[in-house]
Amino acid sequence: MTDEPLLRVRGLSKHFPVRLGLRTTGLVRAVDGLDFDVRPGETLGLVGESGCGKTTTGRMLVRLLEPTSGSIEFDGRDITHAGRRELRPLRQELQIIFQDPYASLNPRHTVGRIVAMPLQVNGIKPPGGIKARVQELLELVGLNPEHYNRYPHEFSGGQRQRIGIARALALRPKLIVADEPVSALDVSIQAQVVNLLRDLQRELGLAFVFIAHDLAVVRHFCQRVAVMYLGRIVEIGDRADIYERPQHPYTRALLSAIPDVTQLGPAGRIRLSGDVPTPLDPPSGCRFRTRCWKAQDICATEEPALIPRDGGRQATACHFPEGEPVSTSPEGEAASTSPGGDAASTSPEPAAAGPGVATAGTGRGVAANIEEVSS
Amino acid sequence: MDSSEPLPSGEPDDHPTVPTQRGNEDAYLRVRDLRVRFDTSDGVVRAVDGVSFAVERGRTLGIVGESGSGKSVTSLAILGLHDPRRTTITGEISVGGRQVIGLAEDEVRRLRGRDMAMIFQDPLSALHPYYTVGRQIAEAYRVHHPKVNRRAARQRAIDMLNRVGIPQPARRFDQYPHEFSGGMRQRAMIAMSLVNDPALLIADEPTTALDVTVQAQILDLLADLQAEFHSAIILITHDLGVVGQVADDVLVMYGGRAVEQGSVEQVLRAPQHPYTWGLLSSVPSLHGDADADLLPIPGNPPSLINLPSGCAFHPRCRYADRAGSRSRSEVPELRPAGADGHLVACHLSAEERATFYAEDVARVGVAR
Repeated sequence: MTDEPLLRVRGLSKHFPVRLGLRTTGLVRAVDGLDFDVRPGETLGLVGESGCGKTTTGRMLVRLLEPTSGSIEFDGRDITHAGRRELRPLRQELQIIFQDPYASLNPRHTVGRIVAMPLQVNGIKPPGGIKARVQELLELVGLNPEHYNRYPHEFSGGQRQRIGIARALALRPKLIVADEPVSALDVSIQAQVVNLLRDLQRELGLAFVFIAHDLAVVRHFCQRVAVMYLGRIVEIGDRADIYERPQHPYTRALLSAIPDVTQLGPAGRIRLSGDVPTPLDPPSGCRFRTRCWKAQDICATEEPALIPRDGGRQATACHFPEGEPVSTSPEGEAASTSPGGDAASTSPEPAAAGPGVATAGTGRGVAANIEEVSS
Repeated sequence: MDSSEPLPSGEPDDHPTVPTQRGNEDAYLRVRDLRVRFDTSDGVVRAVDGVSFAVERGRTLGIVGESGSGKSVTSLAILGLHDPRRTTITGEISVGGRQVIGLAEDEVRRLRGRDMAMIFQDPLSALHPYYTVGRQIAEAYRVHHPKVNRRAARQRAIDMLNRVGIPQPARRFDQYPHEFSGGMRQRAMIAMSLVNDPALLIADEPTTALDVTVQAQILDLLADLQAEFHSAIILITHDLGVVGQVADDVLVMYGGRAVEQGSVEQVLRAPQHPYTWGLLSSVPSLHGDADADLLPIPGNPPSLINLPSGCAFHPRCRYADRAGSRSRSEVPELRPAGADGHLVACHLSAEERATFYAEDVARVGVAR
């Protein structure tokens, strides 16, 4: 694996204007300044709750959406604002798999035609003919090549998703953006598709940006994981770091909220109160502070930067990441015990007696709402 | 109906007792040998085919299954929501001692909402977009309390909104569903279902459309409300993690039949049916070896119109050959398996199951 990234994203943002009549009354900051790299053959998981901007990011990466600012470099070329013609050769190397296998296949085209489409559009004549290549692709994704002439409605959800995967593979891409590729499938089928994607990734050396809300699925597929919250990456790192040593409170809350089948009964977990705030008017400073039990005055005034820790592979955007001395309020102390067991070390220093920042009270109120539920 | 097909439960008299440690005679909800059939132009759909269970007040039954397993049809039958012109329902459903099957529509309506209520997966389609949230909750209250005046109903609705954790309930009362976030809508729907203090609450995938942190809030809320109102809850879900967290008992359904039943410890810690094994080992976990391949269940869930003969799971079962031709010809009965109250419908012998489980499933490290 070379160190030269295949995909380099810097300061990527997408703001959607909200219009009332002719006036623009606001901006939805769906994605607001993302930095990340994907190296050849690497799988990056983009996780977060709905509205965090992960799908918007995926669509910008394949240029289905025009970024507002920032840059996307693919294979050394700046493609941020590339036009249709410049994009055409690029689309061969950069493909997308959609979430809904029912909406993403044309019901009036045969499977053969759907999978052949990328080849025809790009004027590619594979040796042996298009049909042979399509059948090879169908076989690769575990479908019967004889079903070339069937229509999408004759296939189940899992098989349709395989068709979408075959179509994405048709041009031998280097990078595939997979937007929630298994979340619309039945549980027993999800595992089939995840295993297929893993096999393909290993055999073909594909790089993936895997967008998902299910952290357990991401853990089985991705080498690196970026956790998003309200349009920002709050933590990024190798799989083992994110799942075993999460440093951002949001990552920890997200992990502890997942009901795990290996644990029976009410699990000890961090309760986050409230909902994700609106991206129309995100909180000042750290965007997570309104739901964070560690929030202090500084969190409202200063936005934490995504700072690498532990030798640079894991970066966390938090003023009080795990493992560093934090001045916690009593409520915060009670809430900071996690199933991971590493309680934040409390320093004897009193909480920063900052000059009356209006939001400090809110932070406390939220902290009081967080209770540790222990079994 | 194929008359050679044995009742999965044997004689009605020695019907297998439902897997609760206590007797189930006084259980609030009792379902016995429930069968639901739809006559369609494509053929007869046996959506539910001989399912029995009971839920006591204060306890939660998790019904697990994939699409088309009959789990939602079961819950609609309990609520009496099937169209009688197109549906044939047989068996016994007793809610608080009253038979639901065969009850006149207006009598079922009196039970529904007051004694039993339902929470749906998608609150946006269950709430009417044209009326304010508060008005819908107040209406649900006044239907069963006709003497209550508007102001009292409004107060009751505001109290419920407050109880389910909606901030500023008095202001929220006058808002429309679209002004609520997904989690808040689900809370509002829970408030509406609970406004008459029903003893039985059926929650059909109540958190599937929600984010995990909000899902955790809703599951906590349901547990709190259950402790407070002592209600019997049926939680329908495909997520075994959710079941493990909130359920006391589990019913695993496949192709309209119960394939495994027992306490949550029995079913998730010592699963007996190959389908349950498949569900457990195909679900990615936050623990265990992340690089190990998941062990998917091959094939697809069956069509209820054209259910495989014999054991409906046999085309997807790794061990179907071990049971010989019986797996294709004979529907396995639901029989006691090992521990008290644990039932399984499988042709494999207990020894075979123990061996396969130890060799193939426990090794994967998911179902510990």
